[in-house]
Amino acid sequence: MRIQRNPQLNANGELIHLLSTEGLSKDVLTNILDTATNFVSVSDREVKKVPLLRGKSVFNLFFENSTRTRTTFDIAATRLSADVINLDIARSSASKGESLLDTIDNLSAMAADIFVVRHNESGAPYLIAQHVAPHVHVVNAGDGRHAHPTQALLDMYTIRHFKGDFSNLSVAIVGDVLHSRVARSNIHALTTLGCPDVRVVGPKTLVPGDMAQMGARVCNDLREGISGVDVVIALRLQNERMSGALLPSAQEFFKSYGLTPERMQWAKPDAIVMHPGPINRGVEIASAVADGPQAVILSQVTFGIAVRMAVMSIVASHDA
Amino acid sequence: MKILIKSGRVIDPASGMDAQQDVAIAGGRIVAMGPTIPDFTPEKTVDASGAIVAPGLIDLCARLREPGFEHESMLESEMAAAVAGGITSLVCPPDTDPVLDEPGLVDMLKFRTKKLRQARVFPLGALTRGLKGEILTEMAELTESGCVGFGQADVPIVNTQVLQRTFQYAASFGYSVWLRPQDYWLGQGVAASGALATRMGLSGVPVAAEVIALQTIFELLRGTPARVHLCRISSAKGLALIRQAKAEGLPITCDVSVHNLHLIDVDMGYYDARLRLQPPVRQQVDRDALRAGLADGTIDALVSDHNPVEADAKNLPFAQAEPGGTALELLLSLALKWGQTDGIPDRQVLRALTRGPANVLGQSLGSLQDSLGQIVIGGVADICVFNPTDEWVVSDGSLRSQGKHTPFSGYALPGRVVTTIAGGFVAFDSQ
Repeated sequence: MRIQRNPQLNANGELIHLLSTEGLSKDVLTNILDTATNFVSVSDREVKKVPLLRGKSVFNLFFENSTRTRTTFDIAATRLSADVINLDIARSSASKGESLLDTIDNLSAMAADIFVVRHNESGAPYLIAQHVAPHVHVVNAGDGRHAHPTQALLDMYTIRHFKGDFSNLSVAIVGDVLHSRVARSNIHALTTLGCPDVRVVGPKTLVPGDMAQMGARVCNDLREGISGVDVVIALRLQNERMSGALLPSAQEFFKSYGLTPERMQWAKPDAIVMHPGPINRGVEIASAVADGPQAVILSQVTFGIAVRMAVMSIVASHDA
Repeated sequence: MKILIKSGRVIDPASGMDAQQDVAIAGGRIVAMGPTIPDFTPEKTVDASGAIVAPGLIDLCARLREPGFEHESMLESEMAAAVAGGITSLVCPPDTDPVLDEPGLVDMLKFRTKKLRQARVFPLGALTRGLKGEILTEMAELTESGCVGFGQADVPIVNTQVLQRTFQYAASFGYSVWLRPQDYWLGQGVAASGALATRMGLSGVPVAAEVIALQTIFELLRGTPARVHLCRISSAKGLALIRQAKAEGLPITCDVSVHNLHLIDVDMGYYDARLRLQPPVRQQVDRDALRAGLADGTIDALVSDHNPVEADAKNLPFAQAEPGGTALELLLSLALKWGQTDGIPDRQVLRALTRGPANVLGQSLGSLQDSLGQIVIGGVADICVFNPTDEWVVSDGSLRSQGKHTPFSGYALPGRVVTTIAGGFVAFDSQ
């Protein structure tokens, strides 16, 4: 029978692909955050470049649309001195009927070193990671509902930056948890880093009950969900899910779960508010909160570049 | 052709026979059995010492991909795979391309399979035209062409009134209806609902999808008793309902696939698309219940659920991969493995592959009904001779099927077929 080891790690336990925050040790995650700390200052320098990936090619393969994530990966790779190739797969090969692995083979023949992959199907980056040559690395930039590990890591970086450490924190993830790869990756990262109280908050249509088995407390009531928490992570509610059998309307969602300044008083006074973006003002979050003193949403974006630099430089330094 | 099978342990689950003896075959029939058979001069002798001589296996769910894949000689390879696995009769679902909803298509399939002189092929006709769940097919015509029942393969009938009418119409003529119980709306997922699917971000098929479909079928049957065969049960709850319905006297039978008998959701590891199966494999509690249900006879038959999927259709992200796996050549071995693990006697293991499925087919077998799935003097000579303890490792090279994808790849399994005799002809011989 086959025994498959974690495809993210090589035989020495070193990170060769970043596919999910699940299955990575606290040391591996902390090392990424520590490495990112060194890169944060690069952004403040006159010459915003380090030569760590000089001569390497990073292919941004986005099978699903994205502006922010792709741009920050692009900037991160450029600051590491890599050559960056952006491919709008959604509008090219895939639409001409080329299979995923054929696309990968073709791009591999163009000497790719790192594939940054976003795909609408959960697990697609695993298929790619199992297929590429040993010297090629895969970084998951979001797959279906499954994982968005670099977003989770930049969230961890942000939390650590503002809160110091994880050992006494309460963190609430609010909104469409069901469809959220960010929520899943954050739960795994938080529990691994030692956060004792992770809550997922929303109606039963958007928060699966068996999330409890991932180590999160399921709350259907917002007040219970954010009472006394140090961190609130609001999730984006996709337009197509605002009205239908999951939710009656965006207005009603806001009425029950929208983050307002009044409701934020249920959290700790120094609680921070995060959001993976892009935000829907007046749906999951009121402008007064999004633009308010507790929001650290723009810090997340800035830290995202450093975290993605850290991830790419770490995986590129290890061979399969 | 006169064949003598010498010195094998002959097991016939139907009669309870389990004894070492010789079996003589002539003119396509079993003509004699006994410790020695005098006055019989065989043209071929099969040495079955150390082997089990069983009725040829009957597989109630095997896709041959014809019509649809003629260009790849799929029929030839899959028929060869069947007899290599000891299977002498197989039922194929109607979800071919085009769908088996016209007599001409069934005639052609029967003609092409007969010419190969291997396993007997019993097609299921489509219950509704194009499997669309709207218009009844010409069941009388299709039956004349050789259909043994009518089904929807994996396509549920959404409209309950149409479902009721299929029961009413089929019951008028004594045709059986084969359904895989799954609610259309709840059945849209790609993995079993549960903690694993949630964690992996895969859409789930809840147990309720099976239970609701079963409840609907049973309630309709209470008003219109039609013979219904329930295909590939996947859940403990579904099985419990079937047990009740059987006790109540509803005219139902059911089967389970080798996948649901052996595997559970966590076996998918890191999105292994070989575990993309329909129905999805569920949790430990379901697997345990299905194994117990097959052992106690609530489940009438074990099926391969064979579906030879091309590599291109499997090497895709999990949800996009085509469901199914190759299994014709694994059916016997996986049944024996179940027997070994759960301590089930050989006779009972073989019952799930012979007399059990023959009973499901019942009167639709016509003159074959009295002997198919049995070893009986005067009966048809469909026989599987196999060595029960020989181990083999499942690999691409060890399979004759063009389908190479199976979740059992790399498994070491017990049981190798020595010789398969179908209709009195040697259809497979490893000696």
